[in-house]
Amino acid sequence: MSLRVQSLNIYYPMQKQHMFAKETYMHAVKDLSFSVETGQTLGIVGESGCGKSSVARALLGLQPHLTGEIWWHQHALHDCSDQQWMPLRRDIQMIFQDPLASLDPRFTIEQCIQEPLNALYPELTQIQKQHRVEKMMQRVGLSPELKHRYPHEFSGGQCQRVGIARALIVEPKLLICDEPVSALDVLIQAQIIQLLKELQQALNLTMIFISHDLNVIGQISNQIMVMYLGRLMEWADKTTLQTQAKHPYTQALWNAIPNPFQPQRKTCTLLYGEIPSILTPPSGCVFHTRCPYVMPQCKISPPSYVSLSSTQKTACYLITQDK
Amino acid sequence: MLKVSDLSIAYTHQEHTLRAVDQLSFELQAGETLGIVGESGSGKSQTLLALLGLLRKNAQIQGEIVFQGKALLQQTEKQWQQIRGKEISMIFQDPMTALNPYLTIGTQLIEVLQHHEQLSYAAAKARTLDMLDQVQIATPKTRLTQYPHECSGGMRQRIMIAMALLCKPTLLLADEPTTALDVTIAAQIIALLKELQRQHQMAIIFVSHNLGVVAQLCQKVHVMYQGKVLEQAKTSELFKHPQHAYTKRLLAALYREDR
Repeated sequence: MSLRVQSLNIYYPMQKQHMFAKETYMHAVKDLSFSVETGQTLGIVGESGCGKSSVARALLGLQPHLTGEIWWHQHALHDCSDQQWMPLRRDIQMIFQDPLASLDPRFTIEQCIQEPLNALYPELTQIQKQHRVEKMMQRVGLSPELKHRYPHEFSGGQCQRVGIARALIVEPKLLICDEPVSALDVLIQAQIIQLLKELQQALNLTMIFISHDLNVIGQISNQIMVMYLGRLMEWADKTTLQTQAKHPYTQALWNAIPNPFQPQRKTCTLLYGEIPSILTPPSGCVFHTRCPYVMPQCKISPPSYVSLSSTQKTACYLITQDK
Repeated sequence: MLKVSDLSIAYTHQEHTLRAVDQLSFELQAGETLGIVGESGSGKSQTLLALLGLLRKNAQIQGEIVFQGKALLQQTEKQWQQIRGKEISMIFQDPMTALNPYLTIGTQLIEVLQHHEQLSYAAAKARTLDMLDQVQIATPKTRLTQYPHECSGGMRQRIMIAMALLCKPTLLLADEPTTALDVTIAAQIIALLKELQRQHQMAIIFVSHNLGVVAQLCQKVHVMYQGKVLEQAKTSELFKHPQHAYTKRLLAALYREDR
C-alpha cells in the first residue's frame, strides 16, 4: 500500500460577514478514504465542484484546512512541515490541467523543464541537468532541438508534453494528473494518455488521474472513484464499474457518455436538474435531489458505505435494501 | 434550403496565405441536421462564421452560399441584420463570454424580439417567458431579472439556446455547445436540442470535436481536417464503415464499452 488516505475532510474558510463574525467553513470533501498500490492508477471522476481537485491539492500539501490522515509509505503527509515536504517533493509531482497556463511564458522550454531540478536536486552540475533535460524531452516525444523555444510557440499537445516532462524530471514515484487532457483535442488526448501509460510502465509510477470524463478515466485507470459534491459515491475496479455499477449516479454518468456505435440507445437514467450548491448541500444523501430512485429515507440521513466485494464499495440505500 | 458551393476562406499575412477553408460544398434541407467534426484549426468555426457574415474584414472569401434563394455573400450589413438572429442564429461554445455580463437576462432576450419582430415590451416578455419554459428553466420569471453570473453553466447554455430560438429561425448553428459543460448536463442539452428541433422543424449545423455527441444528433456528418472535408457520409454509415484513415483514427480514440 503506497498511498493511503483515511477519512480526509477538506474545508475552505468562508468570507466573514463582519469583523466579529465567527469563522465559517465550507465542507468541500467529506470523509474520504482510499488507497493506491504501487504502479497502479486510481481514477477520480466527478462533475465540477465535486472536490476532485481539492483532493489532488491535499495530496501535495497545498491544502491548508484539512483533517484526516494521508500516508505516503511511512510519511505522514497530513502533518508535514514545509521543510519536511522538500525531500518528499522528489517523490510526488503533479501535471496540471491547462498546459499553457502552467508554464512560465518567459522561460524557454529547457528552463521550464530544468526548474524542478534546480530546486530539488541542487547537487547536480549544470551539464548533468542539461543531459537529463534532453533525455526527458526525448522520452516524452519532443525533439531536444526545440529546447530553446518558448511555450507560446508550441501547440496544446506539445505544451502538455512539456508539463509531463517537467513533472517526471525529478523521477517521482507518485504522479498526480489533474485533468491533464481535458483542454486537448480528441486525437491528442489519445496520444497523451498513451504516453502516460507507457511512462507509467517504464518508471513504475503510481498515478492519481483526475477527470470529469469517464471515457478518459476508463482508458487509463485500474480503480475508479466516483465523487459527487465532496462525497465518495462509488469505488470499484475498472471492469466492475463498467459492467456492474451499482450507484445510480455512476450509472447516470455512464449513460451520459454518447456512444456513437449505438446512438439510439435509450437514455433511461438521464439526470434532471442541476448540481446543488456545495454551500448548502442537500440533507441525507447528497445525490437525492437528482436521483431517479429517490426514497423517503434518502432525504433524512446519508447511507453508509457498503463493501460489495474486495473491489467495490458504495453508499446507497438501494443496495442495503436488496441485501 | 441552404446550398454552399466551393466555399474557400483564406487569410493573407505578408507573403503567407492561410487557407482556413478550402473548397467546401454541401447542401442542407429543412429539418435536417448536419454534424461537422474536426480538430481545432480545421475550419469548422470559420465555416459557421461565414454563414452568419461575421468573418473578419481581411478574409478572402470565394464561392457561393445560397440560403432560401438569397446569395448570402452579397448581402449588405443592413440586410445581414435582418437575417442574423431571425432566420439564421447561433449558439456559441462558451455561454459566459457570449452573454453580456452587464445586462439582465430579460433585457438581452427581450431585445431580440423587439428588434426583429417589432413587438411591444409586454408581448416580447410573454414570448420570452414561454421560450424559457420550453428550454426547461424552472423559474423563468425570476431568471429574467437576474444577471448571467447568477446562473450555472448549464443554465446559461439553456438561456443561449432560448435566445437563438426566440425568432424561430430556420437554420440553427451550434458551435460546440456542450464542450464547456459537465457530462450529465451535456446529455440534457443534447436531448433538449433534439426535442426543440422536432417541435420547430429547423435545420441544425452542429459543430463538435466529439464524434459521440455528433452521432446522437445528426443524420449526416462531415469530417474536416485543415480546411478540407475528408469524408462525408450518413452518420450510421460513417461509424460502420469509415473510409478515410483520419476518420478511423478519430473513431479509435473514442471509448467503446465492448473493448
